[in-house]
Amino acid sequence: MAEERRQKQCSVVLPTESMKAMAESVGVGQLHEESCVALSEEVSYRIKEIAQDALKFMHHGKRRKLTTSDIDNALKLKNVEPLYGFQSQEFIPFRFASGGGRELHFYEEREVDLSDIINTPLPRVPLDVSLKAHWLSIEGVQPSIPENPPPAPKEQQKAESTEPLKVVKPGQEEDATIQGKSQGATAADGKGKEKGLIRLKPRSTHELSVEQQLYYKEITEACVGSCEAKRAEALQSIATDPGLYQMLPRFSTFISEGVRVNVVQNNLALLIYLMRMVKALMDNPTLYLEKYLHELIPAVVTCIVSKQLCLRPDVDNHWALRDFAARLMAQSCKTFSTTTNNIQSRITKTFTKSWLDDKTQWTTRYGCIAGLAELGPDVIKTLILPRLAVEGARIKAVTEGPVVSNIDKIGADHVQSLLLKHCASVIAKIRPQPDNVEQYRTDFGYLGPMLCSHVMKARTQAALQAQQVNRTTLTITQPRPTLSVSQSGLSGSTGPRTPSIIKVPSSLTLMSPRPGTPSQPSPPATKYIVMATSAGAASTQQVITLSSSQSASPVTSTVPSASSTLQPLVKLESSSGPGLTGSRPMQKYIVVSLPSSASSSLEPKSSVLSTSFSSTPLEAGLKIEQSESPGVSTQSPH
Amino acid sequence: MIIIVNLGCTAAWWLARSPSSIIKGLSVWIRTNRVAGSCAVRVLFFFNLAHAHFILKMAAVQGGLVDANEEKDIKSEPANDTWANNNANDGRLPSASPGASAAAGAPEDQQTLLAVLQFLRKNKLTESVEILRREAGLPEDSLESKGADSSGAGSGGAAAAAGEDQPDVNVVLSAYSQQGDPVLYPVYYSGLKRFIETVLDCHRAELSQVFYPLFVHMYLELVYNNHESEAKAFFEKFCGDQECYYGDDLRILSSLSKREHMRGNETLLDFRTSKFVLRISRDSYQLLKRHLQERQNNQIWNIIQEHLYIDIFDGIPRSKGQIDAMSGSLAGEAKREANKAKVYYGLLKEPEIELPLDDEDEEAENEEGKPKKKKPKKDSMGSKSKKQDPNAPAQTRIPLPELKDSDKLDKIMYMKEATKKIRLGPDNLPSICFYSFLNAYQGLTAVDFTDDSSLIAGGFADSTVRVWSVTPKKLRKVKSAADLNLIDKESDDVLERIMDEKTASESKILHGHSGPVYGISFSPDRNYLLSSSEDGTIRLWSLLTFTCLVGYKGHNYPVWDTQFSPHGYYFISGGHDRVARLWATDHYQPLRMFSGHLADITCTRFHPNSNYVATGSSDRTIRLWDVLNGNCVRIFTGHKGPIHTLAFSPNGKFLASGATDGRVLLWDIGHGLMIGELKGHTDTVYSLRFSRDGEILASGSMDNTVRLWDATKAFDDLETDDFTAATGHIHLQDNSQELLLGTYMTKSTPVIHLHFTRRNLLLAAGAYNP
Repeated sequence: MAEERRQKQCSVVLPTESMKAMAESVGVGQLHEESCVALSEEVSYRIKEIAQDALKFMHHGKRRKLTTSDIDNALKLKNVEPLYGFQSQEFIPFRFASGGGRELHFYEEREVDLSDIINTPLPRVPLDVSLKAHWLSIEGVQPSIPENPPPAPKEQQKAESTEPLKVVKPGQEEDATIQGKSQGATAADGKGKEKGLIRLKPRSTHELSVEQQLYYKEITEACVGSCEAKRAEALQSIATDPGLYQMLPRFSTFISEGVRVNVVQNNLALLIYLMRMVKALMDNPTLYLEKYLHELIPAVVTCIVSKQLCLRPDVDNHWALRDFAARLMAQSCKTFSTTTNNIQSRITKTFTKSWLDDKTQWTTRYGCIAGLAELGPDVIKTLILPRLAVEGARIKAVTEGPVVSNIDKIGADHVQSLLLKHCASVIAKIRPQPDNVEQYRTDFGYLGPMLCSHVMKARTQAALQAQQVNRTTLTITQPRPTLSVSQSGLSGSTGPRTPSIIKVPSSLTLMSPRPGTPSQPSPPATKYIVMATSAGAASTQQVITLSSSQSASPVTSTVPSASSTLQPLVKLESSSGPGLTGSRPMQKYIVVSLPSSASSSLEPKSSVLSTSFSSTPLEAGLKIEQSESPGVSTQSPH
Repeated sequence: MIIIVNLGCTAAWWLARSPSSIIKGLSVWIRTNRVAGSCAVRVLFFFNLAHAHFILKMAAVQGGLVDANEEKDIKSEPANDTWANNNANDGRLPSASPGASAAAGAPEDQQTLLAVLQFLRKNKLTESVEILRREAGLPEDSLESKGADSSGAGSGGAAAAAGEDQPDVNVVLSAYSQQGDPVLYPVYYSGLKRFIETVLDCHRAELSQVFYPLFVHMYLELVYNNHESEAKAFFEKFCGDQECYYGDDLRILSSLSKREHMRGNETLLDFRTSKFVLRISRDSYQLLKRHLQERQNNQIWNIIQEHLYIDIFDGIPRSKGQIDAMSGSLAGEAKREANKAKVYYGLLKEPEIELPLDDEDEEAENEEGKPKKKKPKKDSMGSKSKKQDPNAPAQTRIPLPELKDSDKLDKIMYMKEATKKIRLGPDNLPSICFYSFLNAYQGLTAVDFTDDSSLIAGGFADSTVRVWSVTPKKLRKVKSAADLNLIDKESDDVLERIMDEKTASESKILHGHSGPVYGISFSPDRNYLLSSSEDGTIRLWSLLTFTCLVGYKGHNYPVWDTQFSPHGYYFISGGHDRVARLWATDHYQPLRMFSGHLADITCTRFHPNSNYVATGSSDRTIRLWDVLNGNCVRIFTGHKGPIHTLAFSPNGKFLASGATDGRVLLWDIGHGLMIGELKGHTDTVYSLRFSRDGEILASGSMDNTVRLWDATKAFDDLETDDFTAATGHIHLQDNSQELLLGTYMTKSTPVIHLHFTRRNLLLAAGAYNP
């Protein structure tokens, strides 16, 4: 092989055609074949010579890449004028041209208009060289800090978990200890060191150093604690730190146990925190999570389909948690599903089974559908669409039938909006135009007309803004949602809405004041969850805001949620704190009504300017916060 | 005196124009000032002759001619002792080198003299001609006639001096013109190959060494005689047989396919002008000789006779491993004689400085137990310094600058720090603090730390030098001259007062070079900084004013490395022109020129006792030079790639070297032997450093790792006897894994510099490479 390559090296010479082309380019018309051969050999030799010298400069420049400046320096060494001004934005700046039976690669020299250069704004000044110190090793042990590479790269973690048994020879034991020492892992002394070949499970250390224990304590406390800033920091740390490999089993157990306990206690906030931890772990590129899926997936699925996740299912927004967990589930299906573990099909089966069950509660039903819908349009098409009619009938039975229970109504309502949301876009894609309401009614039953209007809207939006097609569908290719449980100031991230893409927030709920549960770390203060699934938000992210009234949220209107029999929910919140929009005080107008009978109220009212506001024909204790921003007119419901 | 200066300049000029200066054992001590009046004439004469030789050499090289005989003459000439003694008696400090004086005492070398005269005349240096002729006692007409003769005959140096480039290359290559049938070359070669393959195992490895030089010379002969296609066929047929570590040279060789290419090709000149050295046992040699004579294989025999130097030793033949360990350099192994000279590797006696015993800091910090401990330690230190190391050079062998008060203070600081030093060992590894250069888009090319680790300097490819302070103490300039006048010079804190507080900043940029800065070095007293650059200059910067003080010109080609002597004042530089130069900060011309390397000098390093200088080169050898007389006292071969870093052990006994082949080799300076090989790095080793006590060797590499090696163990296992030293039967244990104490990966930062602080904390530096 090497020999072959060397031979090639020996004979590489520029083709004579190149010589001809170059000669022509400088005005020498007729060049004899012999001269071409002589020239090409000479030129090839000189080029090789220069390349060798340039390599020298590369080595002394302590680089692995040869640069044009190396060539320039090599030319200078030979007393040849370097090529001035050769620079290109592209990796390979040569253009190809052919014609007259010849093929050419040439360097395109564009005419440069000086005024263009003068008028273009200056590029940003690059950052100056700076010096940063970190510990590469402390007394022979490499600390796990972001500046250092992860102690155990993902491949190694994988290798360890996928090859549980490897033949250990006595000689390798030594290597392992050396490796261990150098990697900073305190390898346990070889207990099973015996003569001969032994099948051993490679030792994995589960002892955490004092620092790691402290870190673990800090992180877990911050993750479920009351301080949102700390939590954000902790989650950031989990998502980026390269050295968490050792702690992964603990985190995994922490989450699964936490979910188990808090589901029983119906502690919604903590469940949300734990799910955010799961997300952070999944975001960390250095972790090999496969080993811990058996703990994480049940926890996540619990948060999707559990019958009850909060103390007051009628008011608390556990739907958001279900949505969020469903997205996590979809993500893990995408990343971890293999032909051997079959996660996706197993999950799909689980969801479908419980959905098909007639006795399933609305909450669980919602979770199942959300979980399935998040898995992508294909799943929606094959599993959800055929059942729309059945589901529609069931919803109809609840909403239009005799009053059964409020909780059921809310559940049915949510399921309905969820189905509309997810199915509309899929239908828009697979169903040919035109959209006929009657046709829809025959195809999809009760949900047909609503679906039809949703589909039409999806189509018009797709036509209007090609790039926003995905946004209207909200779920399928939506950017990762962030469940941000934050102070009220942050809740403004729904952003200023433009009328054109206003959509009724399908599920806006509030958590009304509730007594602090023992496990709730935050002080017993008013909690509000405001969820806006507005398509108009610039970042189309669902934002759940849990604001504590204790914090400096300036205006908080209390909602007489419990007073009304029909329980329309309206929550208005406004904070004039330094929101995301900078100087302008943030405004939020969130009006929710969940009337039991008027399903039509969910139709978009695009007339409402910059507030997602659906007026209800029914009596409603609606209060609308006055807008402080000049651009928005004050709305009054009646 | 004027003439001397004149000549000096000429020499420099010639040197500047000669890319391939191959001058052996000739170093020039140019002292334009301070020449004692009593011996002025003598000195004048000496200088003329020395320079004459020098110039001749340069001229010859320029034309591509180096006459081997002449070279030998210079080398073999016994030193002119009387003259040297005279010189010493005159009280002049280290004076002319023996090499140069040898040239002076070679009156029989008339032809050389004539050639020089002719050269001088050609360059219109009539005054010099006059003086030289008068001193040499040559009649005017003889010069005319003889000069004409010699140039006409085209023999000796005269032709070189007089002639232009054109004919001289032919002279160099003329040896190749004798030839046989080109078609038979492969036959000869494969015949020899068959013979060597059938020979007894013990001889085979030794005789296989012949393959490579033979191959090269046969190929060059073919090329020279315009048998292009045969040459190509020959190359393709046999290049696969060559050892893999010659790959780089083979690549260069393969591009040489025409006679015209041979002119000006440095690699080729190296092959031609330096004999390839092979070390073969007597038995094996006899075997080879008998075979070639039986077969009447004159072609090969001629090549062996002419281009190879076979160093025959008595004893058992070496094994393949032993040979492989030592071979790999451009010109074969070092001759045994080359490493025979005595090297004073011991350390100089530390100057006696009283440690202030009643140190408040120490007392305050220490609990009761400590002072007791301190005392015996001090005694031991004292006794150690009293005893003179037998291997140490005389204290005044090289004149060293006197210690200033500030230096003494610094020494005291050093000793204080040293008492707090952590004792390192395999169970007690150092902590490593890594300094990453962020946003270094310009390309970081060199880094240095001060000895006390307070400053860090970086050289960049954009020609700048930047200095950072890594302590809270900021960098300040001295006030302007006008402001300085206002200062009360008698005050105690005058040193503090002269600094301009307004200029305080954490880093300073030094502009001045016009090319990438490849070498950088702080002076031991932290007042100066040296930088060497692609533009061919070395600059001395003041760290008080942050301005350039001197630009040392002489190299004219990229200067790859420079380093201050551990005692300050002197510094060494080496670059693309293959000459290492020793300078003193107050001289604008070099004090010594060390030439002998066959390719670029890539790294330079001072021995801890300042009496020796080590240079590593692209020719894959390391040479140790005596600063006193400019002689090459050691040649170490064994690396398989250009050497990029060198490090002396703190006790001065050992040398470590790192190269592009990723290996670190350890050398015993006293015996001139390779004593260890540390394998582990996968890319160029750019930095090596011993811990302050020499227990740990740290190596940093392009492969983004810092590795720590157990140096104590590597040096302890040594058993060297005279036999090994004589024949090079080295026994290298393959114990890299045992010696490797730790590997520390950075994220994406090649490690280009390492430094142990006085307390044995390891500092590493490199540019983050996203």
